[in-house]
Amino acid sequence: MKFTLSWLKDHLETDAPLDKIVETLTMIGLEVESLDDKAALKPFVIAKVLTAARHPDADKLQVLTVDTGDGKPLQVVCGAPNARAGLIGAFASPGTYVPGIDITLSVGKIRGVESHGMMCSERELQMSDEHNGIIDLPEDAPVGTSFAAYAGLDDPVIEINLTPNRPDCTSVYGIARDLAAAGIGKLRQQAIAPVKGTGEPQVGVSLDLDRHLCPGFAWRTVRGVKNGHSPQWLQQRLIAIGLRPINALVDITNYLTFDRGRPLHVFDADKVKGDLTVRHARAGEEILGLNGKEYKLGPDNVVIADADGVESIGGIMGGEHSGCDENTTNVVIESALWDAMNIARTGRNLGIITDARYRFERGVDPEFMIPGLELATQLVLDFCGGTPSGAKVVGYEGHTPKVVRFPLSDVKRLTGIEVPAATSLDILSRLGFVPQGTGEAVDVIVPSWRPDIDGKADLVEEVMRIHGVDLIEPQALPSHATVNGKILTTLQIRTRHARRALATRGMMEAVTWSFISETAAKAFGGGQPQLKLANPIASDMSDMRPSLLPGLLAAAQRNADRGFSDLALFEVSGTYEGDTPEAQRRVAAGVRRGTARLDGSGRHWSGNAAPVGVFDAKADALAVLEACGAPVDKLQVEYGAPGWYHPGRSGVIKLGPKVVLGTFGEFHPKTLETLDVGGTLCGFEVFIDAIPEPKQKATRTKPALNLSDFQALRRDFAFIVDKGVEAGTIVKAALNGDKKLVTGVQVFDVFEGASLGQDKKSVAIEVAIQPQERTLNDEDLEALSKRIVENVAKQTGGVLRG
Amino acid sequence: MDDLVELESVLVAQIEAANDEAAIEAVRIAALGKKGSISEKLKSLGAMSPEERQFQGPAINGLKNRITEALTARKAALKDVAIALRLEKEKVDITLPVRASPVERGRIHPISQVIDEITAIFADMGFSIAEGPDIETDYYNFTALNFPEGHPAREMHDTFFFNPDANGERRVLRTHTSPVQVRTMENQKPPIRIVIPGKTYRMDSDATHSPMFHQVEGLVIDKTANVANMKWVLEEFCKAFFEVPSLKMRFRPSYFPFTEPSLEVDIQCDRSGKEVKFGEGNDWMEILGCGMVHPNVLRAGGLDPDEYQGFAWGMGIDRIAMLKYGMPDLRAFFDADVRWLSHYGFRPLDMPTLFGGLSA
Repeated sequence: MKFTLSWLKDHLETDAPLDKIVETLTMIGLEVESLDDKAALKPFVIAKVLTAARHPDADKLQVLTVDTGDGKPLQVVCGAPNARAGLIGAFASPGTYVPGIDITLSVGKIRGVESHGMMCSERELQMSDEHNGIIDLPEDAPVGTSFAAYAGLDDPVIEINLTPNRPDCTSVYGIARDLAAAGIGKLRQQAIAPVKGTGEPQVGVSLDLDRHLCPGFAWRTVRGVKNGHSPQWLQQRLIAIGLRPINALVDITNYLTFDRGRPLHVFDADKVKGDLTVRHARAGEEILGLNGKEYKLGPDNVVIADADGVESIGGIMGGEHSGCDENTTNVVIESALWDAMNIARTGRNLGIITDARYRFERGVDPEFMIPGLELATQLVLDFCGGTPSGAKVVGYEGHTPKVVRFPLSDVKRLTGIEVPAATSLDILSRLGFVPQGTGEAVDVIVPSWRPDIDGKADLVEEVMRIHGVDLIEPQALPSHATVNGKILTTLQIRTRHARRALATRGMMEAVTWSFISETAAKAFGGGQPQLKLANPIASDMSDMRPSLLPGLLAAAQRNADRGFSDLALFEVSGTYEGDTPEAQRRVAAGVRRGTARLDGSGRHWSGNAAPVGVFDAKADALAVLEACGAPVDKLQVEYGAPGWYHPGRSGVIKLGPKVVLGTFGEFHPKTLETLDVGGTLCGFEVFIDAIPEPKQKATRTKPALNLSDFQALRRDFAFIVDKGVEAGTIVKAALNGDKKLVTGVQVFDVFEGASLGQDKKSVAIEVAIQPQERTLNDEDLEALSKRIVENVAKQTGGVLRG
Repeated sequence: MDDLVELESVLVAQIEAANDEAAIEAVRIAALGKKGSISEKLKSLGAMSPEERQFQGPAINGLKNRITEALTARKAALKDVAIALRLEKEKVDITLPVRASPVERGRIHPISQVIDEITAIFADMGFSIAEGPDIETDYYNFTALNFPEGHPAREMHDTFFFNPDANGERRVLRTHTSPVQVRTMENQKPPIRIVIPGKTYRMDSDATHSPMFHQVEGLVIDKTANVANMKWVLEEFCKAFFEVPSLKMRFRPSYFPFTEPSLEVDIQCDRSGKEVKFGEGNDWMEILGCGMVHPNVLRAGGLDPDEYQGFAWGMGIDRIAMLKYGMPDLRAFFDADVRWLSHYGFRPLDMPTLFGGLSA
């Protein structure tokens, strides 16, 4: 919403300086978005050309002497064809910034003749596109004074960023009312006298639709108007706020739209065939709008139509056909009410943004429908003459004001500041509310221009914003008076630990899109219809991700395309198995590419990093589980990872037969092909939300530490087993060989070779033994080794390698 | 006597000439071994007259001691030389680069880091962290938050919708973290003090808007919480977050469907240079929206607005991260460019705490 200072002062009697007005606007909720105080035009003064002579060295230039009012004529070189002795125009001295040519002037020589300034064209001052000559003012223009002031260009323009709840401030008058309430001057209130019209309007109007879509329609006709230019002051105001003056009738409707927040329409009555009907548009009906664009209408749109068809889209835009031009002599002036929601939808669907729509979709004051018609008629009579008919209204059943019960103590209750009851009531009254009665709670009648006010909290806001938000002193929340306990949930703690754990493993945390392409989603088990966006912002952002891996793989590829091929990324975030809250999972996932292993990547004098593989991913997954406090010693690692992994180089991490805590591995070549991703890659996902809650411990004391006095020892065993035997089974069997003495088993060699026989392999393990009660003698060790070998043989069919 | 002198000079010369352990051992054996020259001399003492022995005894023993000492000293010196020689051989080029520690290479995304910073501050003020789903119902995202039918946010051009289900209901990607306000009120009796960080989605894309972004919501509900308390909480937060001793803030009336009264908050800053500086300057920068929870929202949460009251606020996590740490473009947050992550990300052990300072 834009307006000028002088326009505001039409409605507000005030001596307040501009900066005070601007500051107050912002502080009462009418945030000033921009202020053009026209300072840029201040240096331009009215000057008179005393002499004009041909430039000695240029045909098209003249050398002028210019009187700028201080009695010391200046020499100015000028190229304008209309420059002549006696001309009075706008002068810029050296040092002045000329906005139209984006240049700061200096004293210069033009073809050898010094020039001390410039006589300006309208374009150079950004007044218009006129550049055929310099500004040529009437003879009585006061030389030496400000050109901007003389030309009325020094009127500061204020633009406020209006919140959608304030239709009353889509008008300069409404803004003046708010400022007056806030103590910036006095609102000039003038009763609007009805125009004395006689007789029936030349055109009748009937309503043929649901009453709520057009709750009132007021109109009259005026005969014999002369539609010329509107007055200079009005044109200047329209230009100042960015509108183009067209003709008096159109300018009047635009003026009242901004002045009073009352959009109007004026039809050329002679172009209307028969009477007007307000109705739904019929499917297929079209209208050529005043903006020159064709619109296809439907039954959802409310239109004003005559016998030939649609003449106007109600409350949004008039039609070209019945618009007013310089030949218009008889007019219909319309002042109607429209349904805010229907206007918003129609405007949006048709893609029309107009000042009328802006107001009607916020809510136009119903009680100003008739005064608005009268005011418009008066301006038409003033500017264009003519004979008015009587005013007619259909559909309007009057306005029933809202009444809000207002306990005055609510101001203190909600804001914390003590505002005297009388002050609160006074603020409301100045805003046009009518408090009734006295006491601790009063009934407040809400003015017709404030549809946003529903309850007492709204009234608290009115008092607060006018009284002054900055008067509210910050007040500490009551403290708990104790040391804060733990505030994070287990899942929140695990999420944080997962992040930090993966970062300490040299991985970088990415945040990728929650939505991915359908292809990618389907490749990772997603793509369900309930997880598809109806209106994706891009075709490759259409499906909620079933996994973090496709996003990370794509990110890895993007980096590789930039020349960074060894990288490790992770993300801890949500995936979506369905559209319910429970179906949103918390997952930690990571991808390593190239040689980006834990110890580093790429070539190195100490040994080159090997390509990443399934075991890097497994280590990452287990590290996350460990960091999250999962019972790592109880986890099982099995084959059977989902299909997007390499079937022989991937695994599932389980807790018991049912709970899947994670998957890891290298990727299936077909999956990578589908994602259009290449390179050596491995990755994992850990389902953090599937890790069981830790058991509540009764005490923080750790279990007692029992250290054996006897020396620990190690024994190596190598078993020849079938190739298909899993090392995990051998380890488990060795551990179970003696649960008391065997404290650890490490696989230190895996070997396959022809010497072992086909489909055989050798797995070598180192068994850590901790004697508990006494030092083990040779017999003890012999017996222990036998138990281990026997158990491994029993579980795997393996034999000790000779 | 002379032969002793001569013997000593010979032995000393031999010791000095011995260049390794074996040579020195040979000298030792030749002098002090069973048949060594000094040993022989000692043996000869027995055949001497007492007078002669009295004179020769100390002389020979003196010689033995001196030679023994000389041998030990020479041995030690040779060992030192040998060690020095070995060490010299073992010298490596210590300028050879080592591999960087994974702890130095890894990075935490600025969004996670800032959420941790926010958590640290609000934990100190007695808040808990609440979370909610990204896929919301129309009810929680709009209706319960007092969005009127026909509000522009409910249209396809602002909000991501899913296809209608069998009942004709369309779920949405939450456009703000505010739905968690109502979800929390439904499940927790006041007093409530929570902050809600999370992902949010709107149909927007430019340097400062992204279709996915992050918000943190705050909610305080009890029987007295008011605008003055809200001002305190937000001022304290902003000072702590931006790590400045004082910060001028401007609260100005605004409008949101789910708060009444509603306010927008600007912070004082200096935008004259390349970077935005807080706590100084003459500019204002909008940073968050807030207000007293609308009575209709309290009702939606199952609370009586005449008994309970409170305030809520929301601000962009990405935005305050950009302001604090100077990233120019929001889109880069979601591009996972390792150069960006390495530059703007945080080291894994940079844990934001109040006792250690939020940022280094």
